[in-house]
Amino acid sequence: MVSQSLPHAGPHAGAIEDRRLGGAGWLEWVHEWVVTVDHKKIGLMYIVYALIFLAIGGAEATIMRIQLAFPESHFVSPQVFNELFTMHGTTMVFFMGMPILFGFANYLVPLMIGARDMAFPRLNAFSFWMTAFGGLLLYFSFIGGSGVYGAGSAPNVGWWAYAPLTAKAFSRGHSTDYWTLALLLSGIGSIGAGLNLVVTIFCMRCRGMTLAKMPMLVWLNLVMGGMVLGGIGPLTASQLMLCVDRYLGGHFFDTQAGGSAIMWFHFFWIFGHPEVYILVIPAFAFASEIIPVFSRKAIFGYPVMVAATLAIAFLSFSVWAHHMFATGMPSYGNAFFVLTSMVIGVPTGIKIFNWLGTMWGGKLIFSTAMLFCIGFLFQFLVGGLTGIMLATAPFDWQLNDSYFVVGHFHYMLVGAIIFTVFAAFYYWYPKFTGRMMDERLGKWHFWLMLIGFHMTFDPMHITGILGMPRRIYTYEPGRGWAIWNLIITIGVFIQIVAVGIFVWNLIRSYFRGKLAGNDPWDAWTLEWATSSPPPPYNFAVEPAVQSRRPLWDLKHPDDPDWKYE
Amino acid sequence: MLDASAALAFFLQTASPNIFAPASVPADEIYHLALFVIGITIGIFVVVGGLLVFAVIKFRRRKDDNGREPPQVYGSTQIELAWTVLPALIVFVLFLTTARVIHQIEDAKAPAGALQVTVVGHQFWWEFRYPQYGVVTANEIHVPVNSPTFLTLLSADTDHAFWVPQLAGKTDLIPNRVNHTWIEPSRAGVYLGQCALFCGVQHAHMLLRVKVQSRADFDAWIRRQQQPAVKDPAVAAGRQVFQTTACVNCHTVRGTIADGRFGPDLTHLMSRATLGAGVLANSPENLRLWIQNPAAFKPGCEMPAMSLNPKQLGELVAYLETLK
Amino acid sequence: MSAIPAALMPREEDWKLPSRGKTGMLCLIAAESAIFTIFVVAYIYYIGKSLSGPTPAQILHVPIFDTVCLLSSSLTIHWATGALRRGKSKAFLLWWGATLALGLKFIAGTAADWYRMIYHEGFTVKTNLFGTTYYSLVGLHASHVIVGLLGLLLVFVFALAGKVKPEHAERCEVFSYYWHFVDFVWVVVFTVVYLIGR
Repeated sequence: MVSQSLPHAGPHAGAIEDRRLGGAGWLEWVHEWVVTVDHKKIGLMYIVYALIFLAIGGAEATIMRIQLAFPESHFVSPQVFNELFTMHGTTMVFFMGMPILFGFANYLVPLMIGARDMAFPRLNAFSFWMTAFGGLLLYFSFIGGSGVYGAGSAPNVGWWAYAPLTAKAFSRGHSTDYWTLALLLSGIGSIGAGLNLVVTIFCMRCRGMTLAKMPMLVWLNLVMGGMVLGGIGPLTASQLMLCVDRYLGGHFFDTQAGGSAIMWFHFFWIFGHPEVYILVIPAFAFASEIIPVFSRKAIFGYPVMVAATLAIAFLSFSVWAHHMFATGMPSYGNAFFVLTSMVIGVPTGIKIFNWLGTMWGGKLIFSTAMLFCIGFLFQFLVGGLTGIMLATAPFDWQLNDSYFVVGHFHYMLVGAIIFTVFAAFYYWYPKFTGRMMDERLGKWHFWLMLIGFHMTFDPMHITGILGMPRRIYTYEPGRGWAIWNLIITIGVFIQIVAVGIFVWNLIRSYFRGKLAGNDPWDAWTLEWATSSPPPPYNFAVEPAVQSRRPLWDLKHPDDPDWKYE
Repeated sequence: MLDASAALAFFLQTASPNIFAPASVPADEIYHLALFVIGITIGIFVVVGGLLVFAVIKFRRRKDDNGREPPQVYGSTQIELAWTVLPALIVFVLFLTTARVIHQIEDAKAPAGALQVTVVGHQFWWEFRYPQYGVVTANEIHVPVNSPTFLTLLSADTDHAFWVPQLAGKTDLIPNRVNHTWIEPSRAGVYLGQCALFCGVQHAHMLLRVKVQSRADFDAWIRRQQQPAVKDPAVAAGRQVFQTTACVNCHTVRGTIADGRFGPDLTHLMSRATLGAGVLANSPENLRLWIQNPAAFKPGCEMPAMSLNPKQLGELVAYLETLK
Repeated sequence: MSAIPAALMPREEDWKLPSRGKTGMLCLIAAESAIFTIFVVAYIYYIGKSLSGPTPAQILHVPIFDTVCLLSSSLTIHWATGALRRGKSKAFLLWWGATLALGLKFIAGTAADWYRMIYHEGFTVKTNLFGTTYYSLVGLHASHVIVGLLGLLLVFVFALAGKVKPEHAERCEVFSYYWHFVDFVWVVVFTVVYLIGR
């Protein structure tokens, strides 16, 4: 019987009242976390690691924005500025974005499929520590080289590290080496994490959970894991080639020896474009779990949502050269990538429509998590539309490498991904800690973040149209860019306040938040069937499910989902 | 539509190198395509955004809610079909329009008599050659109005991009690769541009200017550029300084022994409005300060401080001031 | 709770999921394939583009015998795992050892050939585009062969000590997927480098 398959809170539920750290037990506490192979602990480590790098990457952005607030400013030197934008991009993509999404996936996927842990717990730990080490190696570069004064030898070639700027001739010293080696290491971590997700989802689902009955978050992380397997390899290969050039005197990207700089562009973007979908698909996952619960309706069009995600994953490997429209590819080449880049907009739009369809006719509850998801929907829509503009190659010949693109991709990375990550925090924090986050502080966080986000990233579209290229450490007065840059910078400080409130909420709620219980949101997937936080073994008895929403079936025995699926 | 875009351009500051203030045929073609795409995307935004706003207001849970779950609707094949087919049609139309403009711009062949300019990107300045006239200059080009100019794009070191927003979309300069672009300006004037692909520490100061002038003025400028350097005996001392210090290793002054290729050609330095690829206005005082310590204005640029004593510096500047 | 028709609950024996080991190894193979593909594409793109230095036709000796050894080792490892599954430990030891020996021969052959090219002909990764792409691609493959040989050696030592039992057949099969992948990559590399590129 179904009810017997869904156990109640385990014996650890009571332990959350006792939240004291201290005494000689701290060494054991550290040891427990360092050697753990438990997916929940590893997930939390990924998340905390990512939050630290969110702060560091945010600091880098803030310094850049102060430099750019006024024309011909001398707040930082060009050398430091170029290191800052390189480190900001590299940090946010590889040491904030990937870890936080792997962290949530690690914690939630085994719970949602009724499993005890990931398929390969030791590989899980290994992957986390590889990623962590990569980040530390990257940041060691700030104190390497000539030392902290003069910002050491942090990489300064942009996060795409275009050849031949990365050749020994143009990139003397070790700054590029830090970039290459740190990402080779974290790439191994990413591949391990992706592999683990795919195997876990294929091989460890509980009884009754066919692929067609998995929660959306599980499907989307399966697709993301698969994309990691296919997409990270090209970056690894490119970086190995760069190592051969820099250390062994090879000529992969050596234009003096007949090598091709543009081959780097191709190989990098064959990784780079799937990478941005690897980042955004888990964001879709969060929205696909949270929006239904706060609309009190099942997700609209589950099979179409799954099919659209698969289509996006497949197509994302065919669009890469839309980052290269200005490189002088022949017209038919450009036209091909215009077509694929526009076609990928169709399944993406379908997803927006389905989320809208989920809300339609529902009973919307504006919890903080739902507010962030609504913000996501608007911002992802706008970002997708500016993406269509960028896909029209001739228009891209003007917009590419200008602040318009910077606005576009921050709409996706911050407006879509970070907003859904915030939503995920508010939604699953009770499950991770047993306590609710404060909703009042949450609303302050949301509104300040919304205002700050738009104040910063909307004007970037304008400065791009006015001809401001990206990656410049300063600009002339009289170009009409100054006022917008000032507004952009002010928006950053509003976002800092918003994130500060969020961090305060995280810390305070851990000690003083309202007790959550198993299922504070009246939700429908398996993670809400166990205690908050779950016991180490997740479920006392392996669950068995009949539909996509096993808890709905339990709560509505007269109207279960499996009658309609 | 055109009035709205003019108003928009004014609001957005017409002093800017504004892509919505095109002054050349390819930039114009891009502008019209852009308006078309923006029109479609605004339409989509209004419809979808409007529905979202409507949903957020209409379906919010009321205070007097009865606590029962709303009807669970799992999907609808017809709706899914509709909102797949309609976007696919939009994509189809947009793709065909875009492909046509790509072909119009990229596959345009240079007509006989078109001006040919070779652009060589350097860290952090622009070399311009007019092979049809034997003219070499730097950082500023002159082109005739209402006439096509075809540019061949090369790089001497790393990647750069040639971007003058009001005249054309940007095209990259990639070492060991030959790229092409073209402009056909419709209004005389000075158009600002700059390097648009990160090329190193002074990427921000790799500015360029395009002076579009009448055919007569352009021809006159070409004739002056074709002359070898002015040989004014009054500044012989300065010429001596130039030719005996390291200047000749990097710079060319045609008609003298200086034939360095690493830095900009200085034969007609005084015909240019700026120094250091746009970093300073071209004035005697600025020239003096620049030669004394380029890094003060462009830290990381490849020209070293020349460590000349004040007398030598004064003579040198006097000499360079004669290179009109 | 509802009375769920028994027909809807999957029966105990019906819930079969794929094996973790095999799925995991297939995922690893997918990721490695992505890396190899990029090296192969670079090799193909640079065919004929070297500005100087020896061409493939001038310097490469086609390793026919080594290739036969490596590809045969796929057969021997297949027989080995089959033998282990059927409990034939002596046959397993024989075939597994043969796989190890054939792999060692391949790697020794590659080493000898590289020694000739580097020390006698002076052809290195720095020489030209062909040198860079050749040593990188073949070297990447060779490093994967070496990792495979280490795995084969480990199992062989355990087998000599009598520790490898039929219940380990599944794991040996998972490992054999890796070995088959290494052989398949060699087929591609051989075709591109020694057939097409020459």
